[in-house]
Amino acid sequence: MNDPVNQKEPTMTQTPTESSNTAITDFGIDTTTMSTSEAVRDYVSRLRAGQLGSLPALLGLVALVIMFASLSDVFLSLNNLANLLAQGAGQTIIAMGIVFVLLVGEIDLSAGTASGVAGAVLAMHFAENGNLMGGMGSTVFVLFLAALGLGAVLAALLRIWAGTAISVLGIVIAASGMAANPWIEMLLALCTGTAIGCITGYLVSRIGMPSFVVTLALFLAWQGVILQFIGEGGVIGISSSPVLNQVANGNLSVLGSWVLCVVAVGGFAALTLGRHYSRLRRGLVTQPTSIVFFKAGAMAAIGIAATALLTINRAPNDNIVITGVPYVVPIVLGLLVIGTYVLNRTQYGRHIYAVGGNREAARRAGVNVTKIRASVFVVCSSVAALGAIVYSSKVGSVDPQAGGLNTLLFAVGAAVIGGASLFGGRGRVSDAVIGGSVLAVVANGLGLLSQPAAVVSIVTGLVLLLAATVDALSRRRAASAAR
Amino acid sequence: MSEPILHITGLNKTFGPVHVLHDIDLDVRAGEVTALVGDNGAGKSTLVKCIAGIHGADSGTVEFQGKPVHIRSPKDAAELGIEVVYQDLALADNLDIVQNMFLGRERGSSWLLDEASMEKAARETLASLSVRTVKSVRTPVSALSGGQRQTVAIAKSVLWDSKVVLLDEPTAALGVAQTRQVLDLVRRLAEQGLGVVLISHNMADVFEVADRIAVLYLGRMVAEVHTKDVTHGQVVELITAGRSGDIGLARPEHAVL
Repeated sequence: MNDPVNQKEPTMTQTPTESSNTAITDFGIDTTTMSTSEAVRDYVSRLRAGQLGSLPALLGLVALVIMFASLSDVFLSLNNLANLLAQGAGQTIIAMGIVFVLLVGEIDLSAGTASGVAGAVLAMHFAENGNLMGGMGSTVFVLFLAALGLGAVLAALLRIWAGTAISVLGIVIAASGMAANPWIEMLLALCTGTAIGCITGYLVSRIGMPSFVVTLALFLAWQGVILQFIGEGGVIGISSSPVLNQVANGNLSVLGSWVLCVVAVGGFAALTLGRHYSRLRRGLVTQPTSIVFFKAGAMAAIGIAATALLTINRAPNDNIVITGVPYVVPIVLGLLVIGTYVLNRTQYGRHIYAVGGNREAARRAGVNVTKIRASVFVVCSSVAALGAIVYSSKVGSVDPQAGGLNTLLFAVGAAVIGGASLFGGRGRVSDAVIGGSVLAVVANGLGLLSQPAAVVSIVTGLVLLLAATVDALSRRRAASAAR
Repeated sequence: MSEPILHITGLNKTFGPVHVLHDIDLDVRAGEVTALVGDNGAGKSTLVKCIAGIHGADSGTVEFQGKPVHIRSPKDAAELGIEVVYQDLALADNLDIVQNMFLGRERGSSWLLDEASMEKAARETLASLSVRTVKSVRTPVSALSGGQRQTVAIAKSVLWDSKVVLLDEPTAALGVAQTRQVLDLVRRLAEQGLGVVLISHNMADVFEVADRIAVLYLGRMVAEVHTKDVTHGQVVELITAGRSGDIGLARPEHAVL
């Protein structure tokens, strides 16, 4: 009676084995594999219960593509489709970072202008051949270094060591005055974004200000910083650097495109099938084998078809040849894979969902809520800096409006249209890609129909409104279906 | 009678000017259900939160398995094997049962979680508690009924090889059949050799599952009695007036002034 552990064992073994077996078989769905029709019915019943995921956005995307294809001859031309991918990539990447912040139920209004600061630093480092002090003036340069240092210190206070390391790397690059090198410039942009995120994260999670206010203030402040860096009415061109220009405007070679296709399609199939069979072996919850094969097959078909189309010459005139998958595709796919892996497979990702679902429960379970809430802002700003590299490359220059205006709102819109919830706890990185595609198709399609900016804005707004309505209605259904 | 697994003496807690807990003594024994009862505001939840490390106690000693311990955070309590099932459940709606049960203590490396092992363990724990109402351990918690949520929360607390489980009003919001399931579960925890503390307002529940009853009255522990030694009426008097016959607070005329 003295040792509760010893006492526990006999009780467990006394339990007749058949009783525990019955209990296990009571998890009917878990052990017996579902037939295909059962799985389909299960999916339909989940849809009816309001768990829509990104289905509405996918349907909307298909509807928009069909609509624009019928209204414009150019829309489905290969050149336009490739162009569309590059147009949407910047805001899609920023939206991927926003998803992390939305997942914990916060908002980052400063992600757009933060990306603009990163872009401005990148452009200035390139234009001044690494002499940032000359470009900014010594006072501003010292303040810039101090801001990076502040990011490093705050990240250290939060025990986000990656944030500290990357911010310090930014100081080293900026202070050393290395000559212009496109890779160094991109790295410096990333470091700047990370340092900015550390500052935002500290203010929100340690000081405890509402993220809306903090990021609204920083949104304005970073806009001023960009203006200071670039100068009133100034533009810094970056298209003279082949690498910086190619990021959003270049294409993989035909061979490279097919290698990418094989790696992506093969990797997806290997992962899903491998996981499926290992779960089957261990007697865990699985989808029917037929559905898993269907998914892998469908992805393979889409991947191969897209690669085949993009490797055809799509040049608008006969003098040049444009073939291959645009570089933005592997960039976005790579970020999508990394983001999905982090959110679904790591402890960090699990804790992000937990904090978004029930902050108090996460705290009681021993999750470091302060650190998680701060870290999502670091992720968001860092990813936004990557987005800045892509959109700056697309435009070929950085001006004081970079990352301003609608950049942020489109990114948040993309995440929400894709199915991420503004209330936290629900969303995936792929939502940002789907939502980003919807917005890119709307902007591109209406542009081809030579609609004025007014119409583009109104339609984009209505699409967002529709997405939010679907989210709210499905949420209500889910709430009423719960009990 | 066995030595208590959790032995609290002279615990005090104040929130600013409000003295919430006065010199609380409480014993929890392995294999027994100790009911903690008291009126609203008597300090039941505060006491549980002090034991769980959510609030720090101002003074007092806590002995766990005969050794003095200091519980400063929920982590400390969890490491000792003290688990709390809160009134407000503390489950994340958007996660499924497995993810909730292992929240904060995921298996596998932090860069690659071992989902298969967690799923198996969750299923075995639910099975060992004869939980039969849950269709799949991959059901999101948002799709579960109140009773099922409570069941998951309790099962979560036993997953950790825990030695003491504190249940804060586990049946408060439940229907008749669901209350039945949860009370059975509480009994089963004690049979597995855990020390169980049950906070409840419902006298029928208390008399059904508890071995001993500890009564809090205005932040003081007025009685710790065996369930079989007292009647419903006596416990209600202890809760409302702090004494019943010879049990509880001393009568005013006997009080030392």
